[in-house]
Amino acid sequence: MSAQSLEAAAGAVPTSLRSSRKHYGEKVIQVLLGLCALVSIVTTLGIVLSLLVPALEFFAEVNPVDFFTGTTWAPLFEPASFGVVPLIVGTFSVTFWALLVAIPFGLGSAIYLSEYASPKRQVVLKPMLEILAGIPTVVYGYFALTAVTPLLRTLGLQVEIFNVLAGGLVMGVMLIPTIASLSEDAMAAVPQGLRDGAYGLGADKLQVSTRVIVPAAMSGIIASFVLGISRAVGETMIVLIAVGQQAKLTFNPLEGVSTLTAFIGATGNGDLPTGSTEYKTIFAVGLTLFVMTLVMNIISIRLVRKYREVYD
Amino acid sequence: MNARKVRARVFQTLMIFSLAVSMGVLAWLLISTFIDGIPALDAKLFTNPPSSLPEEAGARPAILATLYIAVLVLLFSVPIGVGTAIYMEEYAKKERWYNRFLEVNIQNLAAVPAIVYGILGLAFIVRGIGVGRVLLAGALILTLVVLPTVIIASREALRAVPDSIRQGGYALGATKWQVISKQVLPASIPGIATGSILALSRAVGETAPLLLIGALTYVAFDPTILGPFTALPVQVYTWVKLPDAGFQQLAAAAIIVLLAIVLGMNAIAIFLRSKFRQKW
Repeated sequence: MSAQSLEAAAGAVPTSLRSSRKHYGEKVIQVLLGLCALVSIVTTLGIVLSLLVPALEFFAEVNPVDFFTGTTWAPLFEPASFGVVPLIVGTFSVTFWALLVAIPFGLGSAIYLSEYASPKRQVVLKPMLEILAGIPTVVYGYFALTAVTPLLRTLGLQVEIFNVLAGGLVMGVMLIPTIASLSEDAMAAVPQGLRDGAYGLGADKLQVSTRVIVPAAMSGIIASFVLGISRAVGETMIVLIAVGQQAKLTFNPLEGVSTLTAFIGATGNGDLPTGSTEYKTIFAVGLTLFVMTLVMNIISIRLVRKYREVYD
Repeated sequence: MNARKVRARVFQTLMIFSLAVSMGVLAWLLISTFIDGIPALDAKLFTNPPSSLPEEAGARPAILATLYIAVLVLLFSVPIGVGTAIYMEEYAKKERWYNRFLEVNIQNLAAVPAIVYGILGLAFIVRGIGVGRVLLAGALILTLVVLPTVIIASREALRAVPDSIRQGGYALGATKWQVISKQVLPASIPGIATGSILALSRAVGETAPLLLIGALTYVAFDPTILGPFTALPVQVYTWVKLPDAGFQQLAAAAIIVLLAIVLGMNAIAIFLRSKFRQKW
């Protein structure tokens, strides 16, 4: 039978494989799903607008140079002083102590889970880390204030009631699951062939872990550190409860400081009149915080994409 | 033992130790909070409103508000989150710039500090459109906070369904939506449920954004959706700030209730995942 007669036998052959009947319901559903996706775009737009508009009004009243270089933060006093440096220093001071805990222990946990633990142990240990990640930050704050600060005093450290050290160390514990699970993902993505090759050359687990797996997963590991920093910078409740709300320009971990987030949290719930410079300060500080975390998030997203491109 | 073996052993011990540190701190946190809170964990905590007298004070309005918020967040975030995930996985053409932007946008939103969402709520919902400091505003903001988590988890669940399932559906003449709603979505429900419950537990424990929309307030009556409210984690913060030892005890007791809700949800999610994990 020739091709032509086949076509004739099959009747009218559609010119495309698409359905000849229009499915309007299908289109409606696609539009509805697209609208769902639009919600997150609108959220970002809303965040940027809600920060930018009052922040720009703020910078019309307060010189941005004074804001970003001033070393006295006293927006609610008379005369007011809007130097954000003490808040930024406070933020990074807490972040430093948090990373000092989170990076070694998070990375160590990741290496153990990826290279040493048997699948059976992984099934038990990973959910434990998830539980740690699930504890509300207000609980960590309470723990830092009522358990860790007294312990530091027992150990002979002259810490104030509110201090950077206790808050920072507890924040570090909070970040361990973030760093561990992201790094572990990156290490698990390293092809088995690299491990087998190294073992074949006579390497032991220590050498495989530190000289093959960690370097091969480096972009993912760095991404986890950057995300950890971003989360530490954005953490509010631990700082508000255990580190304090006193804006001081100091690196001393035994004293209390304030941070970008703590200022927003402590001031935002007040009844500051809408439109006052003090009210707009919240948004200027919020914008500073948002830009800082945005830059770190984008670096982290790019690094993760890099290792996925190489190995997946 | 030679030096190389000693080094290997020391390294392995260090790795185990670093994992043990987290477990140790977790145990310390749970035990010390329990010891602090057990004396104040009684019926009064669930039946009484807050009070200036620690022996009278309870957290009834806060606990109820947290339950209401959880239900509302679930109702808002799951349909929108799953809808977005279906759009991204099943419909979106990856090479279009707006779909790539959507992807990066959601990854970034997942890492935006929660307190920034609070600023959004303060500017738009509370003062902007003038809804005021009500429970619904809190639920809306927490929905936005956890939405990226729901989307990311749902996308992973959808992606885990092999393409052969879709092709099989198409071969039988099903339309795209029939394939998605009858084949792909049912197969990915365990994954979506796990992610949604984890996201919900995060919403329940979230405090910072609620501070900005005025949940730090004295509420003596049972909350309503359009009325003023305080949530359980905010109540904990209120009590932690008070110097009286009685309030510290109440804070610890409220934390036990909060942890019971949050860790209970985590346990359900982890159970669901291990029970329904499907190998294709």
